[in-house]
Amino acid sequence: MSVLPFIDIGLSILVVTVAASTIFMQELFAAVVSYVAYGLLLAFVWIRLYAPDVALTEAAIGSGVTGVLLITAGKRLVPLSRTTTEAEPTLTLRVFAGTFAALVACALGAAILVLPDEPPSLAPEAAVAASGAGAGLGNPITAVLISYRSFDTMLEKIVLILAVVAVWSIGTDGAWGNAPAQLRQARPHPEMVFLAQVLVPIGTLIGIHIFWVGADAPGGAFQGGALLAAMWMMAMMAHLTEPPRIDVRWLRLALVAGPAVFLIVGLAGVFMAGSFFAYPPSLAKPIILFIETFMVLSIAAALPMLVAGPPNERPVP
Amino acid sequence: MTTAALAGLVGAALVGFGLYGLIVQPHPLRKLLAFNLIGSGVFLVFGIVARRGAAAGFPFDPVPQAMVITGIVVAFAASAVAVALIWRLYSETGHVTLDPDAWTEPSRERES
Amino acid sequence: MADLATTTPGGFLLILAILLPVTGIILCFIVGGRHVDRIALGLTPFGLALAGAIAFRVGQSGKPVFYAIGGLPPPLGIALRADGISAVMLVAAAVILTAAAFYAREKFATLDGVRESRGAISFWIMLQAIWAALNIIFVGADLFNLYVALELLTFAAVPLVCMDGRPETLAAALRYLLFALFGSISYLLGVALLYGACGTLDISLLALRVRPTPAVWTAASLMTGGLLAKTALFPLHLWLPPAHANAPAAASAVLSGLVVKGSFFLTLRLWFFVLPALSTEQVAAVLGGLGSAAIIVGGVLALRQARLKLLIAYSTVSQIGYLFLIFPLAAGAHAWSTIGWSAGLMQVLAHAFAKAALFLAAGVLAETVGHDQIVKFGGAARALPLTFLTITLAGLSLTGLPPSGGFSAKWLMLQASIASGQWIWSLPALGGGLLAAGYMYRILTPALSDGKISIERPPKRYQEVIAFVLTLIALALGFVPQSFFDFIEIGRPLAETGLS
Repeated sequence: MSVLPFIDIGLSILVVTVAASTIFMQELFAAVVSYVAYGLLLAFVWIRLYAPDVALTEAAIGSGVTGVLLITAGKRLVPLSRTTTEAEPTLTLRVFAGTFAALVACALGAAILVLPDEPPSLAPEAAVAASGAGAGLGNPITAVLISYRSFDTMLEKIVLILAVVAVWSIGTDGAWGNAPAQLRQARPHPEMVFLAQVLVPIGTLIGIHIFWVGADAPGGAFQGGALLAAMWMMAMMAHLTEPPRIDVRWLRLALVAGPAVFLIVGLAGVFMAGSFFAYPPSLAKPIILFIETFMVLSIAAALPMLVAGPPNERPVP
Repeated sequence: MTTAALAGLVGAALVGFGLYGLIVQPHPLRKLLAFNLIGSGVFLVFGIVARRGAAAGFPFDPVPQAMVITGIVVAFAASAVAVALIWRLYSETGHVTLDPDAWTEPSRERES
Repeated sequence: MADLATTTPGGFLLILAILLPVTGIILCFIVGGRHVDRIALGLTPFGLALAGAIAFRVGQSGKPVFYAIGGLPPPLGIALRADGISAVMLVAAAVILTAAAFYAREKFATLDGVRESRGAISFWIMLQAIWAALNIIFVGADLFNLYVALELLTFAAVPLVCMDGRPETLAAALRYLLFALFGSISYLLGVALLYGACGTLDISLLALRVRPTPAVWTAASLMTGGLLAKTALFPLHLWLPPAHANAPAAASAVLSGLVVKGSFFLTLRLWFFVLPALSTEQVAAVLGGLGSAAIIVGGVLALRQARLKLLIAYSTVSQIGYLFLIFPLAAGAHAWSTIGWSAGLMQVLAHAFAKAALFLAAGVLAETVGHDQIVKFGGAARALPLTFLTITLAGLSLTGLPPSGGFSAKWLMLQASIASGQWIWSLPALGGGLLAAGYMYRILTPALSDGKISIERPPKRYQEVIAFVLTLIALALGFVPQSFFDFIEIGRPLAETGLS
């Protein structure tokens, strides 16, 4: 008698309970911590769905970096929970919202349960293309991201750049050019500094490893890049390194390297392989790894900049 | 009930909770939290679609999973932009409300 | 459909049209400094040329232009497809974005004595991002690709709203962001269900595989709900007026003229191209009903505004309602569907140009006079004759008086509604025209009265001319030949069901 169905049911109940506590908890900080825990539990659900790549990404970015973002935001806005001018939600609003949400959830659940019994899938096409356009990559998700649907991925890198510019533009005119300040506490605890000194080198190596094996095993540019981003954020928080000024050339190049290399290789594809974003079969795997290397760089640069926020009014001491 | 179906129902429940939080919570950061919950529920729906698409020797359909990875990154970027806006609003005015009329004179002047 | 999987000649133009502004964004970001405006402005002629070339190709071949990215056709790969409506929207977007770019070139040039300024680099990167996103929306054929484009559009449009950093613009931008994100996630959920039901996200393939199952209907409602929130259709319009009214003039022109049309365009793609296999009568009636409500509510609220830019923004809410009358009026494969289709597209174009012109002219007015309180405009028409001529002519198109694109659109709508027996839709069409006449009258009466208005600074002639040219285009749309209406029929699938 397999124990897996019980694990599944237990996991599902746990996930839904922690998610509910995120919504219904009174204090903002507790709600954010609850969300981070929820994200880690969700990673287990992804494992049960045979999606280790997604589990890694969810744990790293979905709950990890998002958690850092929301916790630092929540800490800065702690007095805020008492100064919001919005009125407390009335009972009618709660009832209406509850009914509406329940309706949507039930409709969605019903739609999911009546999805076709013979589910259509692109796995056969992916299997067929694996040796051709898929460049013989062992990890079909990497093949989808960097080869079959590379245009999507390149656009998504541009979306990341736009988000960084958007966050920077929300600062004031006078602050433009300075370094962001949000990742710096006045004085980091000595334990934090020690932890950073020990973890950052190890984490960097693990991040590079996860990226590199992503070609043939679970992992890849996003997951490895997220880990490297976390290491940089840790180093900045422990004052091991300074947040850069936003107008320095190396930061701009690092941020834009991923999409730029992707774009150049994509444009070159028309000469090398007859179509934009096509790869010549003999060079496909090296080209894909080449693009991914720069993607890792951009992700590792962009995520901390998004958490760090707009440039600070005064130059950071 | 298969894992995929159960996870799909979990996803639906998450969307429901998140939607409730989005409508009811007054604080913009909590709305953002609720929005992230909805997002993870949506990704879970993609995930069960991927799991159901197991075929041709793969235990999953790689295309929806790749879309989820893209979506997670985009959702994080959206959260970062929202946080920056909330922070700037707070540092300018000392409080955060979504009502743009809170700092302007009433939009209707009496006509002379 | 024989053209499903083969790249047609000239298909590479489609991807170049997207990659050009993307290159601009990357260059602006790296080079930065004082050159950002030159890079952006320098690329506009090429953007215009590409849009024109695509339109020429589509017209020449009489069939949609198709491009499989990477040589890998759908369902595994991503495709781009330009049909008649894509081509006209590409050209319209190119023209309006170029106009806005040149209009704003002084305001968003890098400040003197500074190596790089926030306003300059943000504005030019955001503008090019909007251009890239819109181009993807107009030629994209993959629903997830279109989701990424929608997110790009949102991230580019929101910072433009709060460019000047005032608290009310920040609040408006935050509200816009939350509505837009809700719209995107609802759209994405629908995409997930649609993939689960059909196994592909390519628009042409979906049209073949879609069946009227509960999963597909749920997906369709979710996607439509999300897109309606982004298009600010009543009752999800609350975010639009403060966002569009408080943005800089060039940004407002692009936001009202083009950005809301992007999500509307996707709603068209969804119902006319992906889901014609569903019986859409009730949905068409619901959308038409919401559109009618938007026309009336937007028009009435516009009448009550004291500020010019808020009035124009509420006018946008009203005119967006007209767009949704296309759903009942162009449904199916009837003879009158073609008229309804032409009416809808003409309304999109006429509103885009007239509204952009109106916002640019309002911008000149606000800069010159120092405020935008309508009651204090006494005698402004004498001080700024070209600007007020622009406002009057743009109002002509919005009201639907001949000769103008707006008149053509409404005339066609009336024709379609009568020919299809759905005469009920003629009521909001006419009512909206009366309301539009009302709020245009409200703007022009004080301006044309005797009075001496104090000028803070003289108007910039080139800005007035740009606004005037846009309004002339809105009028010229009233004179398009029949071949234009044949052109926008290229690539339109006719429903399988339908009475002949």
